[in-house]
Amino acid sequence: MHECNCGKNQTTDVLIPMTGRITQVRQETPDVKTFRVEAPQGGELFDHMPGQCAMICVPGVSEGMFSITSSPTNREYQEFSIKKCGSLTERLHSMEAGDPILVRGPYGNHFPVEGELKGKNLLFIAGGIGLAPLRSVINYVLDNRENYGRVDILYGSRSADDLVQLKEIREVWMKAPDVNVYLTIDQEQEGWEGHVGFVPAYLQEIGFGPDRSALVCGPPVMIKFVLAALSEMGFSREQVYTTLELRMKCGVGKCGRCNIGSKYVCKDGPVFRWDEIEELPDEY
Amino acid sequence: MYKIAKEHLPALFRKIAGSRELYLPVKTAGQVNFAPWEETAAADLETLKTVKSPKDLFFPQCETLYTCRQEGGSLSVEPETLKEQEFVVFGMRSCDARGLEILDKVFLTEPHDSFYEARRKRGTLVVSACPQPEETCFCSVFGIDCAEPKGDAAVWPVGEELYWKPLTSKGEALTELVRELLLETGDREEALEEEKAKIREIVKQLPYAGLSLEGWGEERLLERFHSKKWEELYRPCLACGTCTFVCPTCQCYDIKDYDTGQGVKRYRCWDSCMYSDFTMMAHGNNRTSQMQRFRQRFMHKLVYYPANYDGIYSCVGCGRCVQKCPVSLNIVKVIRAFSQGEAPEGGGKNA
Amino acid sequence: MQELIRRGKELLLEGTVKRILGWKAGDLPYNPEPAFFETEEELKDFIYNGFCGANLSKYMIEAARMEGKTLVFLKPCDTYSFNQLLKEHRVEREKAYIIGVGCRGKLDIEKIRSQGIQGILGIEGAEGDSEGEILKIRTLYGDRTCSYSSAMLERCHVCRGKEHRIYDEKIGESADTRDRDRFGEVEKLEAMSPEERFAFFKEELGKCIRCNACRNVCPACSCRKCVFDGNQFDSAQKANADAFEEKMFHIIRAFHVAGRCTDCGECSRVCPQGIPLHLFNRKFILDINRFYGEYQAGEDIEKPCPLTDYAPEDIEPGEAAERG
Repeated sequence: MHECNCGKNQTTDVLIPMTGRITQVRQETPDVKTFRVEAPQGGELFDHMPGQCAMICVPGVSEGMFSITSSPTNREYQEFSIKKCGSLTERLHSMEAGDPILVRGPYGNHFPVEGELKGKNLLFIAGGIGLAPLRSVINYVLDNRENYGRVDILYGSRSADDLVQLKEIREVWMKAPDVNVYLTIDQEQEGWEGHVGFVPAYLQEIGFGPDRSALVCGPPVMIKFVLAALSEMGFSREQVYTTLELRMKCGVGKCGRCNIGSKYVCKDGPVFRWDEIEELPDEY
Repeated sequence: MYKIAKEHLPALFRKIAGSRELYLPVKTAGQVNFAPWEETAAADLETLKTVKSPKDLFFPQCETLYTCRQEGGSLSVEPETLKEQEFVVFGMRSCDARGLEILDKVFLTEPHDSFYEARRKRGTLVVSACPQPEETCFCSVFGIDCAEPKGDAAVWPVGEELYWKPLTSKGEALTELVRELLLETGDREEALEEEKAKIREIVKQLPYAGLSLEGWGEERLLERFHSKKWEELYRPCLACGTCTFVCPTCQCYDIKDYDTGQGVKRYRCWDSCMYSDFTMMAHGNNRTSQMQRFRQRFMHKLVYYPANYDGIYSCVGCGRCVQKCPVSLNIVKVIRAFSQGEAPEGGGKNA
Repeated sequence: MQELIRRGKELLLEGTVKRILGWKAGDLPYNPEPAFFETEEELKDFIYNGFCGANLSKYMIEAARMEGKTLVFLKPCDTYSFNQLLKEHRVEREKAYIIGVGCRGKLDIEKIRSQGIQGILGIEGAEGDSEGEILKIRTLYGDRTCSYSSAMLERCHVCRGKEHRIYDEKIGESADTRDRDRFGEVEKLEAMSPEERFAFFKEELGKCIRCNACRNVCPACSCRKCVFDGNQFDSAQKANADAFEEKMFHIIRAFHVAGRCTDCGECSRVCPQGIPLHLFNRKFILDINRFYGEYQAGEDIEKPCPLTDYAPEDIEPGEAAERG
C-alpha cells in the first residue's frame, strides 16, 4: 500500500478524507469533465503513482473511486476525469472551481513504470473515458522520456465529441519526439478527417509488433476484443496490462465489495497483468 | 487458577462494572445477546449461543466514522473519537474468540482500521468453556477446543462454581481487580479436569464432528468456483442477510451518509454479499444472480480467505447459520455437498 | 409422505409436470430445505414432516418463469398465499399443479430448544402422517419428550382451518390445530396504554438486525425492487442508523402488505431474533375486519380487497382514525 507521506492533511484513520479544493473544471465531452483538485494550501493532495485511484466524497451523496488522471510528475495538483453516469457523478458535475471537496487516497497498485515497463517500447490502447488512467502513465513516460522506448498511443471513442483530453493529445503528445498517436471514432462524422472504426480493428490494421508492452483501458467489450487481437498479433500474456473496475467502498481491501477470487481490486488492483486476470474467477 | 461460586457472580459483575464497561449475554424480549450489564439486566450465562455474535462490540453493526459540515465555502471533517474506555466482554465462547482473530487479520493488517483497533486494545475477553455443546456446533473442525478457552482470561462453569484463569496481562489486570472475590483453587482441580474431559467426549459425538475440509483452500480455487453444484445449492436461498449478520467472521461493510440536518454523518454498517445491491455500480453489477452471490459468501470463507491468510478458514463452526437460516441452508451443507465428490453433472446431493 | 413421492413420480414421468417443488431432507432431524426436484432419482431426498413449515408459494413466482408446469405441495395455509399471489398476477395458475398436502401443525425447533432441550440428535413423532401427540427427542444429554402442541409454530395455534383454498388434488389428512384466539394478542396490545405499547414494540424491534429475512420470505413482499434497496432512499437499507429506522422499516412493510397479508406467519417463523412480527399484520387484519367486515386475504381470487375497493357504506377516514 502506497502511504501518503507528504505530511499534509493528517487524518486519524484511512477512511477519513482530507479536504481539497477544486481549482479548475474542464468540460471534455458532453458527459465528461476533468476536475483539478489541490490541497487547501495549494499543491498536490498526496504523492501517487500512475494508475492509482482516489476516493472522492460528496457529503450527503456518497463516495466513489476514480483513477487519478494527472501524472505524478506534476506536483501542483491531482486531476480526475469523470463521466456522468450516476447520482455521485451527477453531483460532481454540478461543482465548480472554488468548491471544497473531500478526497482520500491514493489507493491501489500502479502500472509498473519503474519496474517491468522501464526501458520498454510502450503501446497505449484506450477507449472513451478509459484514457483517464493511461493519461497519467503517458505523461509520466513523456516526463521521463529517456527511460522508455518508442511510444504509440491508440485512442478511440464513439464520436469525435467523446474524445477526452483532445487539446493535450494534439498539443503535447502528437508533438513529442518518438511518439505516434492514432485516433479513431466508431462512426463517420462530419468534420472528422481521421480514422473511422473500432479500436480492436484499427489495432490490427496498424499491426504493431509484439516488441513492446501494451497498456489497455476502456469499456469491457473493447478490452475483450483488444486482448483477442493482441494475442493474434503475437503478444504474450506477460506483455499486456489492464485495469479492473468493481464497486468499492473502503478502498483498502476490507469492506469486501471488490473481492474477486483472493484479490481485492481496490488494494491488489486496479492494474493487473493479463496472466493475473486469467487466474481470477471471471466475475469482473 | 481461581474460582468463584456462581451465586457470587452478581457481585463480580458489580465490581467489574464499577471501573469498566461490562458486556455479557443478556436476555431481552426472549432472546440472548451481548449487552451492557446493569443491576436489572437478565444476565444469561447458560444459553450457549447468543443470536448475534459478540463481534459488534468491536465492529458495531452501525458506527459513525466522521461528521462533515459545510459552512460557506469550506468543508470540515470531524472524526469520531476512538474508544477510550476500558471494557470487559464476559462469557464469550471459544468460537467467537477465534472469530475476532479472523477479523484481526483483516482489520489489523496495514492500513489498520483505527476504530476496530482501539476497541481491541481496550477490550478484555473473558472466554468461557462450553459445558453443553449443541448439535449445531462444529468448532473442533477448525481446531478449536471449547474445553480450553483462549482469551485474556478463561472461565469454566463447573457445577455451582466458575473456575477462573488469567491468560494474558490484560487478564491478570482484570483478575487483580476482582481478586477479593476469587478463591485460589490450590491444586484441587480434579473437578475441572473431569469437566474438560466430559466436554471433549461430547464434542466427539457431535453430528458435524467428522466434517472434512478436504479440497477447500486455495489449491482448487477455479475448479470450485466453476462447479455446477452451486446452481443446485443456492436454489432455496432467500437472499436475506441472516447468515451474514449472525456470523462472527463476516466483515463486509458499507459506507453511507446520513444527513442529520446539522451536518452529514458518514457511517459504516454491516453489509451482506448476499444482498442484490452489494456489488451494484452506476454502470452495472458484476454479480447479477443469487447463485453468484451465494457462491461468493462460501468461496470467501473457504477458499479466498484461506488463500490470503495462511490457509486459515473464515469460519469458526459456531453453527449460528445452521440454526438461523430461514430455509435451512448453511455452510455445513455446502462443505458436505463438495466432499461427496465432484460429479460432473451435480450428482452428489446433500445428506 | 410415500404417497406424495409416488404421486410426484407419476406426474413427473407422465410429463404432466416438469419439476416438483417440495422439501429436501436436511442434515439434522429438523432442517429440511425447500427444493426443486427434476428427476425420479432426486426424489429420494424428498421429505414431508412436521418441520416442513416453509411456505412454498413464493417460489412459485420463480416457477412461473420456468418452462412447463411445476408441481407444488401446499399446506392449507400456504394456499391462501398462492391465491393472493394469483390475484396479484405474480404466479400463473396454468404453470402450477397443486397438491394440497395434509397438515397437523408445523413445528418450531426454537420452541423445543426453549424447553431446555439441547444437543438434539433425533426426533420421533414429527413425521407428517403419525398421530403421536408426543415428540420423543434423543439428545446428547439424554432422552427427552415434549408435547407436539408445545413445539408448534405460533401460527398453528391460530390455524385458519384444514381447507385448502386452491388445489388440483389433495393427499393426506389435516387437523385443525387452533387452540387460541387469533386476535387475542392484538387485543392485549390494544388494551395497553400508548406508553406501554410503545415500550413493547421498542423492546421487540430493538432486537432487529435488519437481515431482511422477514421481507424476503414474505409472499406479499414480491416487489422486484424493494424501496429499502434503493440508493436514492436517504436512509440505511441495511443497518439502523438510529432506533427510529428499525421501526420505520417494519411499519412501512406492514402498511405495504396490509390487506394483502394472509397471516401465513412466515415473518415470525424466520426472524432470527424471535420478533413477533405477525402482530403488526394481524392488527391491520383486525382493523379491516372491524371497519369493512370480515375479510381474509387469499381466501378466494374474486373478492376485492376492502382497501383497494370502494363501497358507499365504507367507513369515513376520520372515523377510522378516531377508533385507533
